Amino acid sequence: MAANTLTYRDTIRQTLIEELDRDENVFLIGEDIGRYQGTFRVTAGLFDRYGARRVVDTPITEPAIVGFATGAAMTGLRPVVEMMTMSFSILALDQIINHAAKIHYMTGGQMSVPIVIRGPGGAANQLSAQHSHSMEGWYAHVPGLKVVAPSTPECAKGLLKRAIRDNDPVIFTENPGLYGVKGDVPEDPDFTIPFGVARIAKEGKDVSLIAYSRMVHVCLAAAEALAKDGIDVEVVDVRCLLPLDTETIYSSVRKTHRAVVVYEDWRSGGFGAEIASRVSEDCFDDLDAPVLRVGGLNTPMPYTRVLELECIPNERDVVAAVQKL
Amino acid sequence: MAKQAEPKLAASPADLEQYYREMLLIRHFEEKCNFAYRQGKAGGYLHVYIGMEPLCVAWLNAIRKGYDYVITAYRDHGHALILGSDPVSVMAEIMGRSGGLSRGKGGSMHLYDLKHQLYGGWGIVGGHTALGGGLALAAKYRGEDRVTLCYLGDGAANAGVFFETLNMCGLWDLPIIFIIENNEFAMGTRLEYHAADPELWKRGVPFGMKSERIDGMDVLSMKAEADRIVDYVRREQKPAFVEVMTYRFAGHGSADNDRQLYRTKEEEAHAMLRDPIKLLEQYMRDHQIMTDEKMEAIEEDIIKEVDHIYEQADASPLPGAEEVYQNVYSDMEPERGH
Repeated sequence: MAANTLTYRDTIRQTLIEELDRDENVFLIGEDIGRYQGTFRVTAGLFDRYGARRVVDTPITEPAIVGFATGAAMTGLRPVVEMMTMSFSILALDQIINHAAKIHYMTGGQMSVPIVIRGPGGAANQLSAQHSHSMEGWYAHVPGLKVVAPSTPECAKGLLKRAIRDNDPVIFTENPGLYGVKGDVPEDPDFTIPFGVARIAKEGKDVSLIAYSRMVHVCLAAAEALAKDGIDVEVVDVRCLLPLDTETIYSSVRKTHRAVVVYEDWRSGGFGAEIASRVSEDCFDDLDAPVLRVGGLNTPMPYTRVLELECIPNERDVVAAVQKL
Repeated sequence: MAKQAEPKLAASPADLEQYYREMLLIRHFEEKCNFAYRQGKAGGYLHVYIGMEPLCVAWLNAIRKGYDYVITAYRDHGHALILGSDPVSVMAEIMGRSGGLSRGKGGSMHLYDLKHQLYGGWGIVGGHTALGGGLALAAKYRGEDRVTLCYLGDGAANAGVFFETLNMCGLWDLPIIFIIENNEFAMGTRLEYHAADPELWKRGVPFGMKSERIDGMDVLSMKAEADRIVDYVRREQKPAFVEVMTYRFAGHGSADNDRQLYRTKEEEAHAMLRDPIKLLEQYMRDHQIMTDEKMEAIEEDIIKEVDHIYEQADASPLPGAEEVYQNVYSDMEPERGH
């Protein structure tokens, strides 16, 4: 398959262009995505290319942005909402959880909400306590939403296309640390990845590291370090939290008999706890050790870099967890 | 306005009869809902439109039904009935039956009917106004001349998301009409205790909207105002803001058993002097459109019709347990529960 090497950021931008060109019902809406070119430059140049009708600059009012997009989606349009950061989607939780997620159900299937809410989620670099949330676990708790967290440019393309073409509301989270990551991306304008299909990022036989988004890269780095000690690590890239591909996770665990779940969100009550719980429930007889979790520290995100780095799981944390098994 | 009405009449005799029948239908349908609730056949929260009937009859007869978009809050039975939803399906939904508009998954507060462009039916005060903005945005995006009617209560007029919505609708010149159903109470909190300025119509002004306050008890004057405002919004492609002065004769919901906590019996009695159905009867009497005997016969008809609606809805089976997982998503089932 023909492929280009692109950054994660340019992949998302290119995917938006392809989908805007493909379907007149697709439009972009969000804060500073047009004239300002997007806070993280994901939408750079798109306002000039498509105009104010299809690249809609909004006031800084997240509930109404999501509400308008949801209302438009109920009539069959396919808005792609950019959250300047997923932390700001907290303002819009009522619109996302108590409106968009429930419409298909409350209408008895009469109406659908083909909306994508995308944006950077997780810590960037010293953005401190109010701009560093990992929200994907919160959304993965909600029936009616679909939640994806791709780790590579290729996955970003395949899953974003799938999200835009999907008829249900999709939360698409992009860790800001991934925007500069490069990778091969299929040229095929119809390249999609189905939801609920995890990926083996690295095969191994001794222990399964289960992660999504940027933590997949942290796990891969840990795997390299552990290889030097003769530990052969398998890395499962979950990719999609809801629906969750438990089968791929379970097959990996049944092979390695050990599992560590790695996620950036606060360790307590995060989505990694859900994965750990399911593995414990369904693979108990296959496990040689308890399922461990490596998660973010249970504190607000501090500003100063030295403390911020304490909060975000890193390769050493993962190595230490594996060595405990 | 009636096409061939005599100069003195506000509407043709046929239209007058239609409005009369429609207001009676809402009134008796709502009484029947209260009956169903008392019988234990309807549960949850149930909010009836008694006293507010002209808000549905005047506005929904001023739009192009089935083309223009309509969205409202949880006091939504009348909207479905007047837009043309099958009344048996409406009652069945309220009773949680499989014959309901949403097969029993929405209930009284969440009536939707895509065929008639009724977009709910919403329970979070003020939350649906942003969706209404989105409906209007969609019409503008597609270059259609659809108008969106977005109803909300006086309590919702204080919600933050409503102000955000007004700003965006004003900013983008969206073809939407915000209809404030000012029945003077946000549940049990009187207007003067919940609004910094009880003249709610002014809230459209800062957003560049044509904003006004109109009477909500006289269906004929409101129909004329509605025709004028709908025409303005469709023609000019600009939003409008209308505060309609009404009064709910019933409690906030079925669980509101003591209205005297927040209003006196004298006040209620005074408001009921302008019962919208009585006002229309008086108008038809004064203009010799209809005899009292005819009015009584029509009301008897409606009562029988509503009895029949109730019986048919009550005959609709409950949904099967397997339906609980259906319609969470459009193309898959959720994780099965434990």
